[in-house]
Amino acid sequence: MKKLLLLGDEAIAQGAMDAGLSGIYAYPGTPSTEIMEYVQGSKMAEERNIHRMWSANEKTAFEAALGMSYGGKRAMVCMKHVGLNVAADPFMNSSVTGINGGFLLVSADDPSMHSSQNEQDSRYYGKFANIPILEPSNQQEAYDMAYEGFTLSEKYRVPVLLRITTRLAHSRSGVERREVLPQHSLSLPQDPKQFVLLPAMARVKYRILLSNQPNFREESLHSPFNKYFNGLDKRMGIIACGLAYNYLMENFRNGNIDYPVLKICQYPMPIELLKKITDECEEVLVVEEGYPFVEELIKGLLGKGVYVKGRLDGTLPRDGELDPDLVAEIFWKGKPLPHKTPDWISRRPPMLCKGCGHIDTFLALNEALKDYGPGHVFSDIGCYTLGANPPYNAIYSCVDMGASVTMAVGAADAGLFPSACVIGDSTFTHSGMTGLLDAVNKNSPVTVIISDNQTTAMTGGQPTPGLNRLEKICVGLGVEPEHMRVMVPLKKNHEENVKILREELEYRGVSVVISRRECIQTASKKKRAEKKTKKTNA
Amino acid sequence: MKTDIILAGVGGQGILTIATAIGAAAIKKNLYLKQAEVHGMSQRGGAVQSHLRLSNRPVASDLIPRAHADLILSVEPMESLRYLSYLSEDGWLVTNEEPYKNIDDYPDMETIMNEITSLPRYVLLNADQIARNLGSPRSSNIVMLGAAIPFINGLDAALMEEGIRQVFARKGEEVAEVNLQAFRAGMQISEERIRNK
Repeated sequence: MKKLLLLGDEAIAQGAMDAGLSGIYAYPGTPSTEIMEYVQGSKMAEERNIHRMWSANEKTAFEAALGMSYGGKRAMVCMKHVGLNVAADPFMNSSVTGINGGFLLVSADDPSMHSSQNEQDSRYYGKFANIPILEPSNQQEAYDMAYEGFTLSEKYRVPVLLRITTRLAHSRSGVERREVLPQHSLSLPQDPKQFVLLPAMARVKYRILLSNQPNFREESLHSPFNKYFNGLDKRMGIIACGLAYNYLMENFRNGNIDYPVLKICQYPMPIELLKKITDECEEVLVVEEGYPFVEELIKGLLGKGVYVKGRLDGTLPRDGELDPDLVAEIFWKGKPLPHKTPDWISRRPPMLCKGCGHIDTFLALNEALKDYGPGHVFSDIGCYTLGANPPYNAIYSCVDMGASVTMAVGAADAGLFPSACVIGDSTFTHSGMTGLLDAVNKNSPVTVIISDNQTTAMTGGQPTPGLNRLEKICVGLGVEPEHMRVMVPLKKNHEENVKILREELEYRGVSVVISRRECIQTASKKKRAEKKTKKTNA
Repeated sequence: MKTDIILAGVGGQGILTIATAIGAAAIKKNLYLKQAEVHGMSQRGGAVQSHLRLSNRPVASDLIPRAHADLILSVEPMESLRYLSYLSEDGWLVTNEEPYKNIDDYPDMETIMNEITSLPRYVLLNADQIARNLGSPRSSNIVMLGAAIPFINGLDAALMEEGIRQVFARKGEEVAEVNLQAFRAGMQISEERIRNK
């Protein structure tokens, strides 16, 4: 069969669709965004009428996917690692309710924080919820795991976590497809109380989940994704998880490693295989992407038993993404390089695009606040976070989605005046709205600036859930209409915008200023598309 | 047989287009390949790179180890040097010489040029200028794609030309033709450099 050239993300999408997916739910977030985008661009999804609309946030996405599963159909929900924090409530409880139609959660971790605020390892969430975890080492496994993940999920009626990291999510390779399966038809859970987690029922359900743990381990033991490779040199055994397995193999290009190697791509960990490698080897090296998850479990707090090398003893760095060179250093220390990168190369960090509306918003805000000194503006996640960098130095926080509003409220409670925040339109509907309601209810003296570029820009211009409805939403939440202002962030409006911002910053109650101008990227994309249509029509 | 390529540039310059074109051709030739890309925040005017690995045997790592790249292909001169530690002992550095200055502390051009020309194997070309001369400033990436081809084992020019024709067919015969010229112009420069080496 002809191979498809797919990103890890796309391989997951294709695998899920081929396995009879009926709905994908997601909120965009690097490095997970391309899973949904692939389904949205796919003809197959259209023909099969697969649900493929973005959700307002990861929690709503997760719950909707669970509803699809309640209906007996196969559902997938995708997010970046920190998105799972947002969806943690339904996630933890879904492991107790169990599922009806197969349920796959994809969490894409971002070690080295290429586009994130932290580098948390989603495998802990899988363990936390006591469910099986799949961690592909390559694009083909990403496809196969999405495909087979549903079978595993339906066999034990639990959600399955598919964990990937940035490098695999955004790397392409050839992928072979498998037989396309039919979608399930609508069928309600046999037990009408399955999804009712009243304490008495939840206790029963939780015990079922716990009683399944040995079965999950048994699955891992016989999983084709976990493999034990025998080796003659027993001075060291190597445990390599997920993508890290490739970095190991890259260093033994003929594929001949003398050490025994245990490749782990399905969890909970197969104890028999761990026992085998720790019994037969003098010491064990653990190579894994993310936290020392496996390493810590084997080593234990007391570090008794076989000596374990990895991220905890300094054999590998404690933080950051792995690469083949870090693994090479373990075996061949200090190999000289034929060429060196000159040390005078300038850094080129990401920056706001030329002509971006956020720039004019920050310039106006900086001027409006100049008499108050620094430290008055909170913000959160989006392109506008780049306003923390010079020459703007306009914001003083970036913690999580929506935190700009609530931190401004708390700082106002502490006596900060003025207390303002900058939040994007998509982030506002993701999780800024509830914070604004808090502010309204206590008439907090805060100014919420919604820098509205009418798209979810940072992740590539996905639609924004509150398009053209932000004023109505804010007034609906209780913002007084006279303090619900709108401005257009353009150079020519600078003086007027500074005046609007000054007035609202000085107001001792809740005010919202929507600073609205379309993202320069989506605007020019639209223009190019229009030009194309005109040409074709002509 | 293997070719490891680091593609370098600035977010928005379109290095992914070049990577995709090579990748598509490699799949047609039934080569194994892995192509790691940068998506997300860095695409906003930051330094971006792509690791592209082609081989007649399965490829393990998505990332190229240091000192293993057979080719650094860059659409920007300073960016070509950022990944120099990846270049193998007898690898080639092929770069566009038109700088992209979106930072205040962009180094002196002379320093950059001295570093490039002191390498044993390099190709310097002004892809932007070549594209402008052809009356198609947007084809600068296609010039660079052409310049890369003589260094990639297992891919031939005819196959790439077929791909270019397909991609640009929708935009009309004239657009396809000018891009083919851009491709050949880049290829010719590299071929000459190899001959004179």
